[in-house]
Amino acid sequence: MSETLNRRDFIKLLGGGIVVMVGVGDAEWLVGQEPARFQGGGRSLPSDFNAFLRIGADGRVTCFTGKIEQGQGAISALPLMLAEELEISPSAVDMVMGDTDLCPYDMGTFGSQCIRAFGPALRAAAAEARSVLIELAAEKMSLPKESLQAGGGAVFEKAKPAHKITYGELAKGQAIARHVDPKPSLKKPAEFKVIGTPALHRDAADKVTGRAHYAADIRVPGLLYARILRPPAHGAALKSLDVSGAEKIAGVRVVRDDDLIAVLHAHPATAVAALAAVKAEWDVSDTGLDDTNIFAHLEKSAPAPRIAAQGGDLAVGAKAAAVSFDETYYNSYIAHATMEPHAALVELKDGKATVWASTQAPFRLKDEMAQTLKIPAANVHVIMPFVGGGFGGKSRNLQAVQAARLVKAAGKPVQVAWTREDEFFWDTFRPAALVKIKSGLTEAGKIVFWDYEVLFAGERSAAQFYDIPHHRTVVRGEWGGGGGGAASAHPFDVGAWRAPASNTNGFARESQIDIMAAKARKDPLAFRLDNLADRRMQRLLKAAAEKFGWMPIQSPSGRGFGLACSDYAGTYVATMAEAEVDKATGRVRVKRIVCAHDCGVAVNPEGMRLQIEGCMTMGLGYALTEEIHFQGRRIKDLNYDTYELPRFSWLPKIEAVLVDSPELPISGGGEPAITTVGAVVANAVFDACGARLYQLPMTPARVKAALKK
Amino acid sequence: MIETISFTLNGKSVRVEADGGQPLLWTLRTDFGLTGTKFGCGEGYCGACTVLLDDEAVKSCQLPLKSVRGKSVRTIEGLARGETLHPVQRAFAEHDAMQCGYCTSGMILAAVALLKKKPKPTLQEIKDGMEDNICRCGAHTRIVQAVQAAAERMAAGERR
Repeated sequence: MSETLNRRDFIKLLGGGIVVMVGVGDAEWLVGQEPARFQGGGRSLPSDFNAFLRIGADGRVTCFTGKIEQGQGAISALPLMLAEELEISPSAVDMVMGDTDLCPYDMGTFGSQCIRAFGPALRAAAAEARSVLIELAAEKMSLPKESLQAGGGAVFEKAKPAHKITYGELAKGQAIARHVDPKPSLKKPAEFKVIGTPALHRDAADKVTGRAHYAADIRVPGLLYARILRPPAHGAALKSLDVSGAEKIAGVRVVRDDDLIAVLHAHPATAVAALAAVKAEWDVSDTGLDDTNIFAHLEKSAPAPRIAAQGGDLAVGAKAAAVSFDETYYNSYIAHATMEPHAALVELKDGKATVWASTQAPFRLKDEMAQTLKIPAANVHVIMPFVGGGFGGKSRNLQAVQAARLVKAAGKPVQVAWTREDEFFWDTFRPAALVKIKSGLTEAGKIVFWDYEVLFAGERSAAQFYDIPHHRTVVRGEWGGGGGGAASAHPFDVGAWRAPASNTNGFARESQIDIMAAKARKDPLAFRLDNLADRRMQRLLKAAAEKFGWMPIQSPSGRGFGLACSDYAGTYVATMAEAEVDKATGRVRVKRIVCAHDCGVAVNPEGMRLQIEGCMTMGLGYALTEEIHFQGRRIKDLNYDTYELPRFSWLPKIEAVLVDSPELPISGGGEPAITTVGAVVANAVFDACGARLYQLPMTPARVKAALKK
Repeated sequence: MIETISFTLNGKSVRVEADGGQPLLWTLRTDFGLTGTKFGCGEGYCGACTVLLDDEAVKSCQLPLKSVRGKSVRTIEGLARGETLHPVQRAFAEHDAMQCGYCTSGMILAAVALLKKKPKPTLQEIKDGMEDNICRCGAHTRIVQAVQAAAERMAAGERR
């Protein structure tokens, strides 16, 4: 167990200056975020806060956060929030992210929480720092603090703005530790000067020159590169193993640690060759499950129902309905397929470990390393390079655990960098899932009941937001788990995938709404507006329609227009798309997308647009082609030849419309927009050709089959 | 078979002793420490490992080391002149043409090769020319804009 430093030692460690800490439980966001705060993890940090900023004698401000950068742009947006409250230029802010020795505990970078959850705490710390600086200036200038104001990285006299003292001068020689004010007075959106101004990627200079380091780019003396023997299927049993061919290669070390078999060498090319020389035979048992019969199996294996939302009385609603609907929607297993495969480097020296890894959860990794290496967590230091895409897949740290096991066996630092085939095998998949919806309309075209049951996708975005008197949302199973054991319905591990649950729920809900609109012979936009009481969503739909040039018409109209809306973690999204369907081949091409997005205030509008464009483009993959094929527990798709990702030839014209709701808390933007893509394409396909697709992805074969119905 | 292979790397003559059959990618990343060239798929499907071989974009994970003998290889680290970025690098930065950045080296070098062949590409020619490079984050819109902007700058006389 580590000994936690006291505050004074801690400030000394940082080299003095003014430090403001964000305390545990001070900000609302911490409530519920940390059900199990890791104890004994902090090597040297006081354990009563989660983030802090430091103002140095050079006037630079450093933000220490346990969040990591994986392409979502937190590295560029968080400095805007800090700069806003502290009255400095964002360029005076340095970011230190995910370093477990320097940054306070954070659960992980997921759930669109950087801005929504961490942001307010960071702003509070900055506001507190500002008041400390004004107090110090008042003392130095012998003026009442009421006569002073902060601005441009300095404190100045309101009446005589030229009479000022810079933050750097104020911080000089100080060793001040302050706790954030539990009730900080944050600026109102109308007062924002920095938040809401577009900022380019801070990391661009490193990323366009190749200087940006990812986990596999780290080198230490004596490093051995590992290649791991991958079974042909999950659960396969090793029948025979012959490593003599590999051992003949000079410098190759073969490690066998229980089920982990790896070859190590000082050059990765030799490690690759050595693994190719390993002969292994396996026993693979077939479960009989595959990607075509999995849904029937999931239906049989679904966990007990849990009611997530309800209102009114379904029986009353069903009676009041003039027309009823009963549909089932299907969503396939898909991969994260980040461009950077999982990688980790573990170095163990004198009982202390240093770890560089592609992970979304460095603090959990620290504990996992301690367990694997059997050393105190205090002796583990995780350093975060850039992460080459995560999307939920880098929330678990299997590759680093493999590396740590090999380090123990080899006694030298080891890098594990998965091949693409390893990645498709050991990464978690988004779970295949079903959604069953029964709903009904009155004579007048109002939705009168909504009976919703989601199996295996999860609760997020399952509860509908329309104005429906009688409704119930039932959730059976969440997105995690799997593993293929007796207790599991899935043949392999499943996990969070960008906006977990919500892509499946959004596809089902917005398809069902469209089906009802068509039956009621109503324009899909007018039908939604008629059935919504939520003004914010109505406004957003209208904003999308205006940009898109939506003209009311009954579907299918042949023009190929679709729309879908969603809510995710406080953010609202309304998306419209135009698609064409080649009836001969079944191929769908999306030509144009407009995505209207309301996250309260877009902290970095430039970054927000990038995320929306990314969500739209990435979303086309799960809508049209991405699907894991498998037989038993053998994965058939192991590389990009058969697992088809969106490419340049797919690229539609994408327009983002940012709508503000300044009266609401600022919410996240990394995930919400992608939750509309499945349905917006499905609805556009229906409008183009009258074929209704109930299963994602909408492959040419499925489109052709739907056209025949 | 271990052999001595000489080639030009980022404008300098270099020599390496290695198995000539091994992919150029590992030599660049390990023997020369040029880690800007990324491993993505190992099979030539994604383009993260793209480098320039005599100004042509090639996938270094598929290129046997011996095939670069006597030729000129350029990686992302050798694209800028000193501190002056290549117009394509500059355009990528100014158009925010990246998110996680892992595909960026390959994207930039593919774009450099494309503009060498087609200095004034149409939108369609840009999409066709970049088709073999995959981006998972969905930065495609910005990448196309960056390549267009770089083409305009280079036509206006900016280097290369």
